Amino acid sequence: MEHRVVITGMGVVCPLGHDVPTMWNGLMTGKSGVAPTTLFDASTFPTHFDAEVKDYDVSKFVKNPQLHQHSNRGSLFVLGACVQACEQSGIDIETDAPSDSIDRTRLGIYLGAGEGSADNHAFFSSIINGWNADERSMDWEKWTEKALETMDTMRELEQEPNMPGGHLAVLTGARGISRSCLTACAASTQAIGEAAMILRQGKADVMIAGGAHSMIHPLGVTGFNRLTALSTRNDSPTTASRPFSATRDGFVLGEGGAVVILERLESAKKRGATILAELIGFGSSNDAFRVTDMHEEARGAVSAMRSALKDADVTTQDIDYISTHGTSTAENDSIETLAIKTVFADHAKNVPVSSPKSQFGHLIGATGCAELITCIKAIEENTLPMTMNLNDPDPALDLDYIPNEPRKAEVNTVMSESFGFGGQNNVLIIKRFEE
Amino acid sequence: MRTRRVVVTGTGAATSLGLTGKELWDGLLEGRSGIKKIQAFDPVGFPCELAGEVPDYKIRNYVPKSHRKATKLMSRDIEISVIAADDAVKNSGLVTKAIDPENSTITATRTAISFGAGLISCDLEEMAQSVEKSVTDGEFDIQKWGTDGLQSLTPLWLLKYLPNMLPCHIGIIHDIQGPSNTITCGEVAGHIAIAEAAEMIARNDADIALGGGGEAKVNPVVMIRQCLHNRTATDSNDSPEKACRPFDANADGSVFGEAAGVVVMEELEFAKARKAAIAAEIVGSASSNSLNTDFAHLEEDGEGLQIAIRKALEEANIQPDQIDLVVPTGTGIVADDKAEAAALKAVFGSSLSSIHVWPIKGMVSHTGAAAGAIDVIAAIGAIMHQKIGPVKNVESAADRGLNIATEPVDKEINYALCCGYSFGGQTAALVIKRYKEDA
Repeated sequence: MEHRVVITGMGVVCPLGHDVPTMWNGLMTGKSGVAPTTLFDASTFPTHFDAEVKDYDVSKFVKNPQLHQHSNRGSLFVLGACVQACEQSGIDIETDAPSDSIDRTRLGIYLGAGEGSADNHAFFSSIINGWNADERSMDWEKWTEKALETMDTMRELEQEPNMPGGHLAVLTGARGISRSCLTACAASTQAIGEAAMILRQGKADVMIAGGAHSMIHPLGVTGFNRLTALSTRNDSPTTASRPFSATRDGFVLGEGGAVVILERLESAKKRGATILAELIGFGSSNDAFRVTDMHEEARGAVSAMRSALKDADVTTQDIDYISTHGTSTAENDSIETLAIKTVFADHAKNVPVSSPKSQFGHLIGATGCAELITCIKAIEENTLPMTMNLNDPDPALDLDYIPNEPRKAEVNTVMSESFGFGGQNNVLIIKRFEE
Repeated sequence: MRTRRVVVTGTGAATSLGLTGKELWDGLLEGRSGIKKIQAFDPVGFPCELAGEVPDYKIRNYVPKSHRKATKLMSRDIEISVIAADDAVKNSGLVTKAIDPENSTITATRTAISFGAGLISCDLEEMAQSVEKSVTDGEFDIQKWGTDGLQSLTPLWLLKYLPNMLPCHIGIIHDIQGPSNTITCGEVAGHIAIAEAAEMIARNDADIALGGGGEAKVNPVVMIRQCLHNRTATDSNDSPEKACRPFDANADGSVFGEAAGVVVMEELEFAKARKAAIAAEIVGSASSNSLNTDFAHLEEDGEGLQIAIRKALEEANIQPDQIDLVVPTGTGIVADDKAEAAALKAVFGSSLSSIHVWPIKGMVSHTGAAAGAIDVIAAIGAIMHQKIGPVKNVESAADRGLNIATEPVDKEINYALCCGYSFGGQTAALVIKRYKEDA
């Protein structure tokens, strides 16, 4: 038999705040998490603003911060998010003999987790030391000498994308199914979807699922700048992320960590956990088109949306709101609009859609989970987040994008979508919980 | 119990033993080692100068014309994964877009992929040409980087190094439009990706799925990390083939390398309907975590690994004594080998003495995200041929209480277990069954 999957906890650390209420309040009141870059000197980069998590202190959340002292930023964020989510769900991570009656071998972890930042001093100084400019080649002996001198063992290890999951395991004592995925910008949506599949099959009772990522470091920004994927609106950072507007010029790089607690319905009931929503549908697809561009007819996005609807056993008429990928790049917002119109047909213009990335930026691997949390809040509050900075609508894009003001509405069933560079697409559908 | 059974119909590999799964199997049967002095760069000054490197290839030969331009965007991790996928698909007898664009026999949207990838380090000599424009008084100058260095990097630079590009390229080449995932669980990524690909079929999201993993660890940054963590063998730079000695009492560390392995899986009835040759059945999988706060080693009793193995056996619905073969992690890192042996003893008890344990990293090196896939392919080979190859470099395995054969062994193998652990804490196990028509 297939088990029903519900959500019993959530937590977030993002540029709009270090918990769900603060993030939601920021979304409702038109706050922006975007500002000039402070994590490194980006003053000469094509883009020198971003959406950073500010003034974050992991020791406010975890009881043994020394266990995580070498962590990359993504790990630190997701630790805080996980503590919040476990607390809400009633998962006891404070003691070695947990009082929550959850079998630790049936408590799993599935993160969409990014790699950590390079240790820039060690990375660049060893290259400089080793490079033989005359020969146009590396003198490996010199490179190695400097690398061995400058590299810090733990800093190197913490760059591995499986480390955020490792930290959550140590934090929570989870011994159940443990996985990490990194499907670029779709990673945490995929992690949540796959975690739900694991629960449905009865392979675990509870899954800690979500994402962790920060690419706000010199090589991360370099990579996106070279792809011309980032907005370069340096004179107006807070209005730079403007999904679906005619003058959108790229996404705003953010960072963060986000976690939802997914649970088999029987397990949640048995524990008396508060059920926030039910996860009813997951769709995953591959464009199989080009690594550089989305398919012109959005075939991958369309396929993932249709798979999720079929999996959820709902129709397009049932969807009250779509939390879009909505990155503010020319390509994504056009193709995504086309995908929604293809799947929803005549009904497309009746479905409100928006992009919280207009306010907290693009959290890359962590973004899907943060956005799913905004969907859970939308159901709780019967209020839809806005698309901020949408003052000059793109005439070619004609859906109801909820411009500039949140909106009261009856919200029961919501679709959240994420599309990764390279063509990996993932869509989730959640629903207000009913017996 | 699964309602939709998942069988293996093809495997493919690019390893230090050759560019095909066949060469891997032949090499393993001969007990041949692919470990040599590093060729990719001069390892002078490295405590361990050895690696298992994939032999030379021309990537164009493995990529259909329609995707050939994109070979410029392939890091080595991507290239060797594409080669292994080509081999696996050909061996399965499936006709994909890459094999024959006009006569593909697969339904793209019912074909899935879950693929293990590692943290891909960039080409340092390419990077150096941009870094040299960004130096003031011998130090990296980030302001110059922003104006000069950054601008000189090739525009699509980032796309070569995103771990999700491995399955994206394979997906484009073979037209895989169903569920697609990139598993980044360090050294158990391969095991877990194969398990997840099987689940995609079992849960009816696909009829065909590719699982596997690829990682090209022979990059100075990646290799030096292993040295910094004291994970490498440093006593055998003059005798490469003897360097990696899993479970040997005198083991000195592991040797790292590169590989990619791909397993083509299909739903049983789907495979039968097209009269595919069925190599084996995937019947159980699980994963767990070690909870060591140093993140570097298994727990002394291998508890995190024990849990994964027990749960995989449970899912396979078999008792421990029904396992005939274990392909373990067996890295040659003493503390981990000890803990893995302890975990096997705890799970298998007295039946362990009759189970052959076949560690292969002494021959193919430790290939990170590919390692699990290579192990699984070796186990499938053993099931198909009902034999295992000789394990080299183990002189006193008795110390660990494991039944490790130093000569080839013919034996009845009905169930094989592959298990692994990652640097970082994740563990995994997979149970593979011999396929019999009526079973």
